[in-house]
Amino acid sequence: MSCMSLARMLGVVVAAFALVACGGDTGPAAAPATSAVAQTPIATPTPPKPARPDMILATTTSTQDSGLLDVLVPAFQKATGYQVKVIAVGSGAAMQMGERGDADVLLVHSPAAEEKFVADGFGIERTLVMHNDFVVIGPTADPAGLKGSKTVAEVMKKIADKKATFISRGDNSGTDVLEKNLWKSASVATPKGQSWYLETGQGMGATLTVAREKQGYTVTDRATLLAFTGKADLPILLEGDPALLNVYHVIVLNPAKLTKTNTEGGRAFKDFLVNAETQKMIGDFGKEKYGQALFFADAGKPNPLGR
Amino acid sequence: MDLLLEALREAVRLLRTGDGDVYSITLRTALITGASTLVAALVGLPVGLGIALGRFPGQRVLLAIANAGTGMPPVVAGLFVAILLWRSGPLGALGLIYTPWAMVIAQALIATPLVVSFAAAGVMALPPSLHLQVRAMGAGAASYVWLIAREARLALLVAVMAGFGGVVSEVGAAMMVGGNLSGETRVLTTAAVLEVNRGNFGTALALGLILLMLVVLVSAALTTAQARVRRR
Repeated sequence: MSCMSLARMLGVVVAAFALVACGGDTGPAAAPATSAVAQTPIATPTPPKPARPDMILATTTSTQDSGLLDVLVPAFQKATGYQVKVIAVGSGAAMQMGERGDADVLLVHSPAAEEKFVADGFGIERTLVMHNDFVVIGPTADPAGLKGSKTVAEVMKKIADKKATFISRGDNSGTDVLEKNLWKSASVATPKGQSWYLETGQGMGATLTVAREKQGYTVTDRATLLAFTGKADLPILLEGDPALLNVYHVIVLNPAKLTKTNTEGGRAFKDFLVNAETQKMIGDFGKEKYGQALFFADAGKPNPLGR
Repeated sequence: MDLLLEALREAVRLLRTGDGDVYSITLRTALITGASTLVAALVGLPVGLGIALGRFPGQRVLLAIANAGTGMPPVVAGLFVAILLWRSGPLGALGLIYTPWAMVIAQALIATPLVVSFAAAGVMALPPSLHLQVRAMGAGAASYVWLIAREARLALLVAVMAGFGGVVSEVGAAMMVGGNLSGETRVLTTAAVLEVNRGNFGTALALGLILLMLVVLVSAALTTAQARVRRR
């Protein structure tokens, strides 16, 4: 138990810490620094630095899971010098973040909730960005006999009548709200609590996996389904009903009500989304990989929902 | 089965090409979990020793809290830290939410009870006669604690490893306070969740395999240290 051996023991412990910590305290600071370097190509002239470069985009899972934001956000950052933190949650949770001022701009697809959000004074400059559509998918065996149905109301009624397994998002997202409305429009009480009605509480991608494994029906946006093609394994059984339109809006948060938000950044992102070049990127997204567009660019056009 | 083979091939491909920022994500994972483990060790080891050796009111309550804390769901720890750090929260002005620092705070919160609990248990498991021997040597308070800690060094190392294991594999808190931001707070576990959500199960598994390699590497290093300590 000499001093020497104590010192050596201490050395071992410190070495172990060093191994574990890999430089310890300097770590987290170093990580963003290196990535910032990696993200700035040498040849590009740096745009003028915004007064407040950090901004938060709260959005739906479909824009992230489909890969669209992987294209749009880097382009926006390069063009403007903003650093965007993308938080992909459901549209409901995104608007909650907005109401608390924990985000600067929203890209969401839950029209009725959005209108209320703006009417309540949380959002301004709500602007149409793009749309695609929802589809009803289900097992190839189609136990509820949906194939050949004409309207989504008919389809929902058949599922409820047959008590066929249905997988719901159950997370108050845009898709979830739409699905609840579909039951309503088919004059079926929301089947919450029924044994054939399962709520995942997860994003669209995770829900598609559950639907495949449980061989259930579900309602999904087309972008996530296409990005999942070959893995979802469930055929489209109904599409094209106007009630299945999926419309995305961008909303800037109201600085008069939410004083801490980065309005300049939010507005810059809104302007970026609706400019002609970005709209072309949105319209072309997915064509190469999936053979068809995942979103239809709508900026400046009449709202496909007619309101 | 095909998927497992695909995952293995994908892991090799990712490591070979460095696609999808896999190296920066792995390095970031090591740095963030390393820093949280360090914080948890610096706080947890003294507290664990204090609980095991001290005589003070509330000692048992503290131990019970630490023991219960080992079962704390990471997502709850994450939510707690997020509520504090959100712009609308009391510490919002610090601008820490969705940064690696927020992840270190949340993960240190998860790892500290593990370190405290394991360290206290390890020290309390020492034979009572040892305490008498050390006292008989006429050690002062500081050298008493030091000698006991030295005797319990293996247990203390295990305590640190437990803390590391608790945070390197968790995803709930990392997602909640880090936000899984590409190039900033995306770590191996949150990247794997994202790939699962995108239906890229092979890539997700591959990321899991890389995480496993990282864990094996670190625990191999610690086990070597452990063996060296024991031989003395």
